[in-house]
Amino acid sequence: MTFITNFPFFSIVGSLFFAVLIFATQSKPRAGRILAYTLIVITMCLSATTAWYTWYTGESFTYIMGHYPAPWGNEIRAGVLESLLATCFGGILLLSIVGGRKFIIHHLEDASKHYLYYIMIALINAAMLALLYTNDLFTAYVFVEITTLASCAILMIRPGGRPAAAATRYMIFSLMGSGLFLIGIILMYDITGHLLMVNIWEAVQNLSANGYYRGPLLVAICLMTGGLGIKSGLFPFHYWMPDTYGAATPSSSCILSGIISKTYIFVLIKIIYRVVGVDVYYSTGAHNLMFLLGIIGMIVGSVAAIRSQKLNRMIANSSAAQIGYIYMGIGLGDIGIVAAVFHMLCHAITKPALFLSGAEIIDASGDKQDFYSIRGAAYSRKMAGLLFTVGALSMTGVPLFMGFISKILFAQATIGHPYKILFAVTALAVSTVLNAMYFLRTVINLWAPDVHHQAHQGSLMSRFSFKATAIAFIVLNISLGISAQPIIDLILKGLAML
Amino acid sequence: MALRFGENLAINYEEAVAIILFAIGFCMLLFHNNLLRKIIGLNIMDTGVYLFLASMGYIEGHKAPIITDPGTTITETFINPIPSGLVLTGIVVSVSVTALMLALAVRLYKRYHTLDLDEIYEIIEEDEENDIHN
Repeated sequence: MTFITNFPFFSIVGSLFFAVLIFATQSKPRAGRILAYTLIVITMCLSATTAWYTWYTGESFTYIMGHYPAPWGNEIRAGVLESLLATCFGGILLLSIVGGRKFIIHHLEDASKHYLYYIMIALINAAMLALLYTNDLFTAYVFVEITTLASCAILMIRPGGRPAAAATRYMIFSLMGSGLFLIGIILMYDITGHLLMVNIWEAVQNLSANGYYRGPLLVAICLMTGGLGIKSGLFPFHYWMPDTYGAATPSSSCILSGIISKTYIFVLIKIIYRVVGVDVYYSTGAHNLMFLLGIIGMIVGSVAAIRSQKLNRMIANSSAAQIGYIYMGIGLGDIGIVAAVFHMLCHAITKPALFLSGAEIIDASGDKQDFYSIRGAAYSRKMAGLLFTVGALSMTGVPLFMGFISKILFAQATIGHPYKILFAVTALAVSTVLNAMYFLRTVINLWAPDVHHQAHQGSLMSRFSFKATAIAFIVLNISLGISAQPIIDLILKGLAML
Repeated sequence: MALRFGENLAINYEEAVAIILFAIGFCMLLFHNNLLRKIIGLNIMDTGVYLFLASMGYIEGHKAPIITDPGTTITETFINPIPSGLVLTGIVVSVSVTALMLALAVRLYKRYHTLDLDEIYEIIEEDEENDIHN
C-alpha cells in the first residue's frame, strides 16, 4: 500500500518524461497525440488512486524526494483535496484536447508542428500536478513560471497577429503576477528562514504569537496574494482574459480558463492553510480586500459580458465574473472556501464546455461570432447547441446543474458575516440576473429558427470526439448538480487535511 | 530606544535598493507601451529580486561555500548557499521568459512594423473591421 505514496512523484516526473518522448515523435504527429492522451489517462489513474488512498487512510502523506529530509530535500505532499483536483483537472485537460482536436488540426495548419502542442500539454500536466502537490514555496514559483511559459506557447501557436498580441498581453500580466509572487516568497524566506511550507507555518505561528515582524509578514502575504490574484484574473487585472481566451484555439482557451487559473487559486488556498495558517491569514485583513475585489469582479465581468458583441468575448468576460465568485468565497472564509473550491470545479467543468460548444457554433456560422450570425446555429450543430445550453444554465445557477450548488454554498457561506452578508447576497443576486441576461439571451438566439442559417453547415463538421466530449461534460455537470454531497464531503475532508 | 531618520534604510541599503529596482521594473512592465522597454523592465524587476536574495544570503567576512579541503567539516565561515542557488534558478527562469517575450516581440514587429502594443491593437482592430466589411 505504501507504494501508492510514490504516485504523485511518478505523475510529475512521468509527465516531464512524456514531454521528451513526444518531442521524439515529431515526424509522426499521430504518435505525439496518442502519447499525450496516454500520459493524461495514466496520471489521472495515479491521482485517483492517491485520492482513494488518502481518503481510505484518513491522512495526507509527505513524500521526501531523494530521501533528504528538510531543509535540504524537497517535498511533495498529497491529501484528498490535492489528488481530487489532480484527477478532475486531468480529466478536463483530456476532454479539452479531445473535444477541440479538429480545431487544433485546423488552426495549426502545419501538421509538423502538432507535436509541439502536445509537448506543451505534457508540460502543463506536469506543472499543474507539481503546483497541486508541492510542499515547497520556491518549487511552486518555478512551476508557476513553467505553467506561464507553456500557457503562452499554446496561445501563440495559432498563427496570426491577434494570438501573438494576446499572448504578449497575457505574458505581461502573468509576469507581473509572478514577480509579486516571487518577491513575496523571498520576503517570507527572509522572515522565517525556510522554504518548506510546514517549516514556514511553524515559524509564522511563533512570530505571530510573539508579535514579531507584523509589517513584513503582512507585506509578504499581500504580495503573494496579489501575485496569484493577477495571474488568475482577479478584478481589476482581468483585462487580458477576453483577448486571450478569444484569440486562442478552443482547446487552449479551455485549458487556460478551466485549469490554469484554478491551479493558481489552489496555490493561494494552500498558502492560506499550509504556509500562513488560517487564523494568521484572516487576522491580517487581506481577505477583506479579496472579498471586495471578488464582488466587484462579479458585477464588472457580467456587465462586460452583456456588452460583448462576440460570443467568445462574452464567454471570456463571464470567466472574469466567475473568478470573482471564487475570490468572494475565499474572502468569506470557512464555508466560503468550501464554496470556492466547489465553484472552482464547477467552473473548470462548465467553462471548457462553453468554449468548445462556442467554437462549434462559430464554425457553423461561417467563422462569425456576432449574435446576429449565430442565430439558429444550434439546429445545424445540435450537440454543440445542447452543450452550450447546459453550460449556460449551469453558469446561471439553474437547479439540477452544478452552478446552482455553488450559488447555494456561497449563500450559505455568507451567514455569520453580519457586515458582508448584505454585499455578498446582493452581488450574488445581481450577478445571477446579469448571468441570465447574457447567457439565456444567447441560448434563445441559438435555438431561434432561422432559415438563412440552416443552409450554412460550416467548414468543419463535428467529429465523433467532440460529440463524446460533449456527452461527458453534460453528464458530469448534471450528475454533480444532482448529487453534489459526496464531492462537498471530499472537499471538507481535503481542507481538514491541508 | 532612539531611532535616527533613515538609519534602518542605511543599514539595509542593499535590500532598499533591491526593492526600488523591483518597483522601477514593475512600473515599466505595467505602464510602458513599447515592448522592448517592457522586456527591459521585466529584467530590472528580476534583477531587483536577485539582489535582494544575494544580499540576504551574504554574511560579512565569510567566503563562498566551496569546500577546497575534502576533509574539513567546518562550514561556519561560509555564506548561506541557499539564496545563491535560488538566484541561479531564478536567472534560468528569467532568461527563458525573456527569450519568449523577445520571440513574441520579433513576431509582432515583423507583422506590424511597430513595437508599440497600443498601435498593434489599433491595427488588429482595423484589420478585423475591414475583414467584416469585405
